[in-house]
Amino acid sequence: MLQDLLAGHPVAETQRGWPRVNVDAATWQAIGTQLHAGRLDLLAEWGDEGAVHCALYEPESRCVRLASIAVEAGQVPSLAQFHRPALRLERALADLYGHELAGLPDRRPWLDHGTWPLVAPLAAASGVRESAAPAYRFLDAEGPGLHQIPVGPVHAGIIEPGHFRFTVCGETVVRLEQRLGYVHRGIERLLRGSGIEAGARLIARVSGDSTVACSYAFARAVELALGCNPPPRAQWLRAVMAELERIANHLGDIGAICNDASFSMMHAECGILREETLRAAATAFGHRLMMDTVVPGGTAVDLGDGGRQAIQALLQRLRRQFPELIELYANTDSLQDRVVGTGVTAPALVAEFAPGGFIGRAAGRAFDAREALAYAPYDVLPVRVALRQAGDVDARVGIRIDEVRNSIDWLGAALRQLPDGPHRLPLAPPAMDRVEATAMVEGFRGDLLVHVRLDRALRIERCHLRDPSWFQWPLLEAAIEGNIVADFPLCNKSFNCSYSGHDL
Amino acid sequence: MRRRLFRNLVSAAVTEPLAAESPESIGTELRGIIGRTLGRSVAIRQVDAGSCNGCELEIHALNSAYYDLERFGIRFVASPRHADLLLVTGPVTHNMREALVRTLAATPTPRWVVAAGDCAAGCGVFAGSYACAGAVSAVIPVDLVIRGCPPPPVELLRGLVALLGRPGERRSR
Repeated sequence: MLQDLLAGHPVAETQRGWPRVNVDAATWQAIGTQLHAGRLDLLAEWGDEGAVHCALYEPESRCVRLASIAVEAGQVPSLAQFHRPALRLERALADLYGHELAGLPDRRPWLDHGTWPLVAPLAAASGVRESAAPAYRFLDAEGPGLHQIPVGPVHAGIIEPGHFRFTVCGETVVRLEQRLGYVHRGIERLLRGSGIEAGARLIARVSGDSTVACSYAFARAVELALGCNPPPRAQWLRAVMAELERIANHLGDIGAICNDASFSMMHAECGILREETLRAAATAFGHRLMMDTVVPGGTAVDLGDGGRQAIQALLQRLRRQFPELIELYANTDSLQDRVVGTGVTAPALVAEFAPGGFIGRAAGRAFDAREALAYAPYDVLPVRVALRQAGDVDARVGIRIDEVRNSIDWLGAALRQLPDGPHRLPLAPPAMDRVEATAMVEGFRGDLLVHVRLDRALRIERCHLRDPSWFQWPLLEAAIEGNIVADFPLCNKSFNCSYSGHDL
Repeated sequence: MRRRLFRNLVSAAVTEPLAAESPESIGTELRGIIGRTLGRSVAIRQVDAGSCNGCELEIHALNSAYYDLERFGIRFVASPRHADLLLVTGPVTHNMREALVRTLAATPTPRWVVAAGDCAAGCGVFAGSYACAGAVSAVIPVDLVIRGCPPPPVELLRGLVALLGRPGERRSR
């Protein structure tokens, strides 16, 4: 269906891998209709000079395609008028490029808080800000007995900044409205014109907890665009790092979620295993979070014997310790009482927003980029996809538990079949004036998408990274409805969306 | 659970053995300094002013059993009004600038400000962005800079020793 929908439109010759098709306004709107009908999932939507692009996924055929529409008279039709998950993406691209999204149901700025010295900072004709922005208007929530609790941007813990506006009736949350963008660092503009190495360093700092996954997706997109095949050893090493990152983050999350239900013992125990995972990563790859270790062309470091032993020792320890903790989690009634049935994501919203990672997979959405798109080395050594149905905090913890187990098994097998050879190849400039490609990687939080366009001198013309949080944050607003205020930290931690990855 | 609690009770702590540069020895030194200059404890309010969350992960690690910061009299508090020290990360984004300034204003004197991480120290890879106001010191006065991307937990501990152990560093400012 997706291929039929885009058939007959000119395919962009610069794009490698998944084709990108230039469509007209009628087809663009037809895409919106199909998204609304639930036959397609929106993977990303981003702005460009004179154009807007979107990436689409058809679950039935496991097919990915990109579509682009030219901006005419400053306007493109909005997809959000058909498909709500596009709303924040379009508000953001309107802020950054100044394009007008015709039919956009919500025209409030999203990333632009009125503090930047520029307006439309990514547009070629970005202007100097002359007047102060009007105050941000939160959605109305009125009724007898309602009151508001504003929280943030500085939160009461060691967390990233964002604003939550709760409207409550007694103890019960009636509405949550998020306001994000506080950590917007202007990464997409910094990427423009930078070389691949400098670009990779920026991408590694989009969201520190997913530094490997971001770098991995960027590296794959650049390599695809340049037609460069990274050495087999590098492909395996990257996945080893990605699985270590997944284990470390899931361990941290499982402990922190239990801690938000006042069960600090799990937090302490998981914290120990997390620290040991980071130390094994430092021994194996020279950095606790493995920042800057995945680069276009391969990996910056090789895995030595000492590193391999450190990972093997870690796996052995996890195999022994982790099951005991899971038993503790499952058999503590006071903890179960807090997590079961709390913060449920409605199936209809999960189908609509198509959230990646543990949020989707805890609510019956069986999408895992490692399996659905089977990129190397997961094509050779597949990973088991965890799936649960309940969509509550417990199910989101459960998916993490399953995935830690699966990653332990996967890493054990991967270390046994790690190929020898070089771990990095030099990149050669393209034969064309510009080349572009799109890649997706399954980070611990969900699927990440990177689109990159390079010029002949290997400079980045445009690079966009879509963090999984874009489609997860809105579901948190819905999942908290009807829960008590005191359960918000618990729900929020079970989502653990990235602020920095979202704000860019 | 009882089995595990009992085992934890009788087994040794995971805390590192005492070595020249171990968290234990740095922490013990820190505890002495805090005892002398601050009357036993330091309350830290962490502020993310634009970080990629890498620094936050390592600050979190300080609370894990391996480092267990609280045994040295240092703890993280929820409100700047309870804080002796602001631990600020990230290049300060324009969108966070006001929040940071207001957080400092809500912190009672005497107080310290520590800029942790390469971004907080000098904007890091984000230098020159339209969205960043600059390093922390470009927005509020900074007493100490801890470098690293991100600074590992031991470096954060060492930084706090350096600040609190400075000659003449007393709660008199």
